Amino acid sequence: MMQTMIKYVVLDLIKNRIILVYTFFLLLMSVGMFSMDENTTKGIMSLMNLVLIIIPLVSIIFSTIYVYNSSEFIELLAAQPLKRKSLWLSIYSGLALSLSLAFMIGVGIPVLLFDGTLTGWVLVLSGLFQTIIFTGIALLAAVKTRDKAKGIGVAIFLWFFFTLIYDGLVLLLLFQFSDYPLEKPMIALSMLNPVDLSRILILLKLDISALMGYTGAVFSNFFGSGFGMLLSVLILFLWSAVPVWFSLKQFQRKDL
Amino acid sequence: MIIASNVTKTFGKLKALDNVSVMCSKGQTIALIGPNGSGKTTLIKSMLGMVVPDSGFITFDEHNILHNWNYRSRIGYMPQIGRYPDNMRIGHVFEMMKDLRKNSTASTDEELITAFGLDKLMHKKMQTLSGGTRQKVSASLAFLFNPDVLILDEPTAGLDPVASEILKQKMIQEKEKGKLILITSHVLSELDDVVSEIIYMQDGQLKFHKSLEQLQEDTGQQKLAKAIAQIMK
Repeated sequence: MMQTMIKYVVLDLIKNRIILVYTFFLLLMSVGMFSMDENTTKGIMSLMNLVLIIIPLVSIIFSTIYVYNSSEFIELLAAQPLKRKSLWLSIYSGLALSLSLAFMIGVGIPVLLFDGTLTGWVLVLSGLFQTIIFTGIALLAAVKTRDKAKGIGVAIFLWFFFTLIYDGLVLLLLFQFSDYPLEKPMIALSMLNPVDLSRILILLKLDISALMGYTGAVFSNFFGSGFGMLLSVLILFLWSAVPVWFSLKQFQRKDL
Repeated sequence: MIIASNVTKTFGKLKALDNVSVMCSKGQTIALIGPNGSGKTTLIKSMLGMVVPDSGFITFDEHNILHNWNYRSRIGYMPQIGRYPDNMRIGHVFEMMKDLRKNSTASTDEELITAFGLDKLMHKKMQTLSGGTRQKVSASLAFLFNPDVLILDEPTAGLDPVASEILKQKMIQEKEKGKLILITSHVLSELDDVVSEIIYMQDGQLKFHKSLEQLQEDTGQQKLAKAIAQIMK
């Protein structure tokens, strides 16, 4: 039953104009960045910044708006012999799948073609995680707020928080407590933010962590180790599942 | 068939349903009537499990509908506002619903689709359709699976006279098959020859539940619209 639902959600979304423009924009950017320079490392660096800012933004805003715009359709589906759980998870899967597909065409394939190194793979995986994670956060924001304008506002704020405000707060903390050794708390703090976590994973693979001094060495030691890697991936998985799980619990109780 | 017992539902401060008890049986065609905001749609949505009551319960064929979803395979629902994914074509919407409900009933009833002429519009995208055409799609979907119960929320709003006459004839035809039909409507004059029972709601309370003959007798009015007008005074 879920597969059928997902199929139709994806069929609707891949014909969506915004998704098409998004795919084309990503493709243009990645091909552009790789052809500007012979050195693909630079290309990966620029793409990383794109991936860590644009992907969360588009994923969270598009998904939020989609859920609000489909509210009447969701109501109609809720009146059919379907479990609320499969209905909600189908919408989530459809969204995450379509956005991931756009990302794979726009960034994934060019990276694997032009670069093909392990760093490239890490970048692509991070982008997929960002897509899935922020779609989940969007669903939580949309199910928690009844009002569409407010919901979109919350979504924009959450994006702003994870990509900018969070780093600002961490920096502030760093300056306030600059007399203390902060490497370990820093590791913990950067693990809590999926965007930071992805950035660190990519940077470490780029072998420029030496530029980050002692902190870089500590980070490299931790995230470079098997345990650190495993923990990071585990946390990314948690970020992909927990918001969706909360949104599901909320949706099952929601009055439509 | 559907029994609601002491159902109460509040939205914030608003009491949308206030201790409502109602019994709907097979073969009845019930009109849910009442001013805007009297709780008609909330009652319908509670029956469909879309709204969960704060207290009280609803049973479908003597089974509590709470945490149950299978019973909905026996209901056809037409919502007040039908909106569908923009890029879907009419054909896709019907295909999708058939896919989703394929194990419920064997044969589908496509009479309304042809009567409304939707079969010639199957390739049209949902976003290009007028409100009335979308209503026709919603109506056709409600009747598509030959359900035992039809729940129609403002079915004729937005339909042209020809289409609403087609829908009315279809309702009469299904009623004669012994189905339970629940209609909310503001256009009372259209309900005269369809309806067998009247439920009147106000401020979330069920004011009365009578058969049409009883109501006509009580008010001395033959026309439903006039009888209701007399009560509202």
